[in-house]
Amino acid sequence: MARFAATYAPLAILALLWELVSRSGVVSQYALPPLSTILAAWGDLLADPDYYRNIVASVLRGLAGLSAALVLGIALGTSMATWRSVNLTIGPIVQLFYPLPKSALIPLTIIWFGIGDSSKVFLIFLGCFLPISTATFNGVRGVERTLIWSAASLGANGWARLRDVAVMAAIPDILAGVRTALALTFVLLVSSELLISNEGIGFLIRIYGDGSQYPKMFACTFTVMLLGFLADRCFRRLSGHLLRWRT
Amino acid sequence: MTGLRSFAVSLAPVLVLIAMWEGVARSGLLTPFLLPAFSVVIGRIWEDLLSGSLASAMALTTARALSGFSIAAVLGVSLGIVMAVSGAMRWFFDPIVSVGFPTPKIAFLPIIVLWLGLNDASVVAITALSPFFIIAINSHAGASGVDKQLLWAARSLGSKPGELMREIILPAATPQILTGLQIALPTAMIATLVSEMLTGVGGLGGQLLDAQRYADSPGLFAGVVEIAFVGTVLIRGVAFGRRRLLCWHSEGRAGATA
Repeated sequence: MARFAATYAPLAILALLWELVSRSGVVSQYALPPLSTILAAWGDLLADPDYYRNIVASVLRGLAGLSAALVLGIALGTSMATWRSVNLTIGPIVQLFYPLPKSALIPLTIIWFGIGDSSKVFLIFLGCFLPISTATFNGVRGVERTLIWSAASLGANGWARLRDVAVMAAIPDILAGVRTALALTFVLLVSSELLISNEGIGFLIRIYGDGSQYPKMFACTFTVMLLGFLADRCFRRLSGHLLRWRT
Repeated sequence: MTGLRSFAVSLAPVLVLIAMWEGVARSGLLTPFLLPAFSVVIGRIWEDLLSGSLASAMALTTARALSGFSIAAVLGVSLGIVMAVSGAMRWFFDPIVSVGFPTPKIAFLPIIVLWLGLNDASVVAITALSPFFIIAINSHAGASGVDKQLLWAARSLGSKPGELMREIILPAATPQILTGLQIALPTAMIATLVSEMLTGVGGLGGQLLDAQRYADSPGLFAGVVEIAFVGTVLIRGVAFGRRRLLCWHSEGRAGATA
């Protein structure tokens, strides 16, 4: 407990400074509402079912897009690393699209799928697909040949060698790709919801901002921070669990 | 010759993709609104190029992206190194960085707009904020991973703290600092484009959103191609800079790619 307090004390100092600066009147309370006001507004939101509905909408969009990108990205990356022909045909296209800043796709997905869920899910899928498939490709290609050969000599067939040896040995690389993808998921989700949407946590930030309900806008921004922090913690747990065989 | 051949081999799938795009668009399977023909999109890019609007939008977006990114680079590298050197600074900034890193910084755009207004300053500020933590974390890791024996040797030979920093810590941390910058650059560009779309201050992002609003799909597709071009040039540029700066280091010669 004492360690926790010592670790997070700087955040408490910042919070206190915020409250003091805002209350002192150095900046307008309109631009920087006191932290206590924001927390009170957050409390109001917590009693509002609409708040939860929008969070659930955002989280589901993020999960759907990221899961689709995980499944297809790992499949494509593994295929590219395994079969030369797949790499020769798909590789150049992956390289071509890789440097595109993915936020450029927001307006495109909107003309294709409208302003609802499907445009956001597709956007997140597109954004996360390339980092995951590239990381998988690098990981599977870098797997030690001796591992594959040992598995083969022990009688593993092609599919088992791929699934149980190559992909497993590539997990550290795949996880690095997933970490990038997780960050992209949040950025694309919030960006697209801020721009054009009719529900979601980004949508709430926008309408509270447009309606000059700034304490609520700050509270929703904090919600996004909290979601990002929790997702990062979950990811760390998961990768710690998946990599427990490493010392 | 082999270089030319491998280039031709890698060009082929791209040409096939373009041919398929043109074929599907002309076949009428999809309306021109959903997928304008490649030739139409290229025609639009050519028009933008001749009218000068492409050059000015590209210049505007690149300038915003690079100025924000430079601010993030200077502040992020400084913070990372200071955290590596001073225990007190590490204590203070560690929790801030660990909360700031996983936060999607773009969520702060409405707050930044509230403070700075709908203008360049907001775009540059969010562009600087977005890659800042990645740069700081990598610089911190690089600077704190310096071989202790090098530091002890230099100290026992009488190096002052400034010399230690300039001659040992900075050069030893450079590879990882550059890695951080390389990973962070796309983040900065994503933020620049989104904030251009949201604040309506023009540039490639602003044009893209206008094209979407006016249902101008050739303009929209042209914009995506133009943005991809700028992204490729900037990312290649940083990779090139990295190789030049690290020509003394084994990793530089290996030609690391991002």
